Amino acid sequence: MKSVLPILTVLAAIVVIWYGAAVGLNSKWTYDQAARAGQDVSFSQLVTDTMTQERPVLPAPHQVAKGLWEGVAGQKITSKRSLVYHGGVTFSATMAGFVLGAVAGILLAVGIVHNRAMDMSVMPWAIASQTIPILAIAPMVIVVLASLGIKGLLPKAIIAAYLSFFPILVGMVKGLRAPDGMQLDLLRTYNASGSETFWKLRLPSSMPYFFASLKVGIAAALVGTIVAELPAGATQGLGARLLSGSYYGQTIQIWAALFAAAALAAVLVIVVGAIEKVVLRKMGMAR
Amino acid sequence: MPVIEAKDLNLTFQTNDGPVHALKDVNLAIEKGEFVSFIGPSGCGKTTFLRCIAALETPTGGSLTVNGMSPDDARKARSYGYVFQAAGLYPWRTIAGNIKLPLEIMGYSRAEMDQRVEKVLDLVDLGGFGKKFPWQLSGGMQQRASIARALAFDAEILLMDEPFGALDEIVRDKLNEELLKLWKRTEKTIGFVTHSIPEAVYLSTKIVVMSPRPGRITDVIDSTLPRDERPLEIRDSAEFLAIAHRVREGLRAGHAYDE
Ligand SMILES: Nc1ncnc2c1ncn2[C@@H]1O[C@H](COP(=O)(O)OP(=O)(O)O)[C@@H](O)[C@H]1O
Ligand SMILES: [Mg+2]
Repeated sequence: MKSVLPILTVLAAIVVIWYGAAVGLNSKWTYDQAARAGQDVSFSQLVTDTMTQERPVLPAPHQVAKGLWEGVAGQKITSKRSLVYHGGVTFSATMAGFVLGAVAGILLAVGIVHNRAMDMSVMPWAIASQTIPILAIAPMVIVVLASLGIKGLLPKAIIAAYLSFFPILVGMVKGLRAPDGMQLDLLRTYNASGSETFWKLRLPSSMPYFFASLKVGIAAALVGTIVAELPAGATQGLGARLLSGSYYGQTIQIWAALFAAAALAAVLVIVVGAIEKVVLRKMGMAR
Repeated sequence: MPVIEAKDLNLTFQTNDGPVHALKDVNLAIEKGEFVSFIGPSGCGKTTFLRCIAALETPTGGSLTVNGMSPDDARKARSYGYVFQAAGLYPWRTIAGNIKLPLEIMGYSRAEMDQRVEKVLDLVDLGGFGKKFPWQLSGGMQQRASIARALAFDAEILLMDEPFGALDEIVRDKLNEELLKLWKRTEKTIGFVTHSIPEAVYLSTKIVVMSPRPGRITDVIDSTLPRDERPLEIRDSAEFLAIAHRVREGLRAGHAYDE
């Protein structure tokens, strides 16, 4: 309960600032309209008008909330206007990409920790891969795969995996290397094999790092999926919703899609966090 | 034949600041069933010598045999139980699970594991704590659990590197007493590193006094204290004080060499 008050305070401050910004940013249109009609604008008129525009520069919070509510609850979930429908499309690609990225990240990390040659060679490439702006590659990947007849979920999942494997790789390398010299020496006195050392010591030691990296990785997978939904042609998913909103100047639609994406990210991270709690408690690592 | 025999053993670490002579011309024979303490100021090579015996470090000169084998062959034959200064229990395993760790690796059957866990937990006076997690135990209890872990398989040699160094005096006294009982019951050969003169004298049948730069043995004292009966009060006896005095002299001599 103690932690709720500061959060609510910050939230209230954001809403107040947001309303203020909405009035400020949307006022130009109101003044232009009034000037054209040869009217004066009183302050109360200004406030009401800036908060009810159809295509505001910055929609007011309640407009976004309304857009979000209509998108989520006001449509059949199979409707093209339903945020649940688009969210579902984005979610499935995110999960596919996340699983792909996690598997790739874990396998590469295991390789790096056990093989000197991989240790020297893989990491620089992995780091280089993340310095390439995803916005630049995503359209190329989509176009190339589409020309091969691969469309839909897979291209998006690949881009999501591309972003999510890296934090998981880094986290797992650190986690698998977490055991100190003494713990490794102990296993040496038992004449334990490499695979016994892995299963009994390295893997369990890496769990806290693993879950921390999964949280970053799943958020990255969502970003990757949305970016992959932006290039021309996509009609489904939160990314497509963002793009079509910006084509037609539907700022409320853009903001509603943005908030839907943020909520999806929050839910994903919270779910991973819950699984983390359960697993670490089961393992006796959480007190 | 000695269980452990070092002849002109040398070990030089190559560091960025030049070579460090951690062990110089070490000669020592340890017979089966002995309790040998290594005492000396830090940096005199106690840990390094113990690690050489356990094949965790490779000497750069001389010879070292364990049960007539090379240390590495003895390691592969699982001849050692090693107790480190920190208990190093796995937080994700219960106490019983931690003790099973070496047994799993050595391929004991489930029934045999359970039976051994029970036995060694009693041996270190932790009966009934098998289901607890390490964080639920005090430091002294954790260290006892780590000793139990080293006793669980049938290693003939128990190597202990300042196992009670981080514990307070009272807990330490109690653990020393228990360790002696345990040694008598199991008839293992024990190599024990310590900083404390009373601890070394109280526990050992043989006290190896070492001094640093280069790490070497300055005195080897065969204890005249009775082997079977050593109550804590023995530490006030004249015989005990005489041995302690000789250890202190040995340590001081090592220091004088230094200046
Ligand atoms: N892995 C190592 N690399 C370099 N020098 C080491 C290493 N291990 C120990 N030494 C050095 O060897 C000497 C003996 O160390 P150690 O055996 O740990 O002493 P003790 O246990 O008696 O305190 C010290 O000078 C120490 O700095
Ligand atoms: Mg030491």
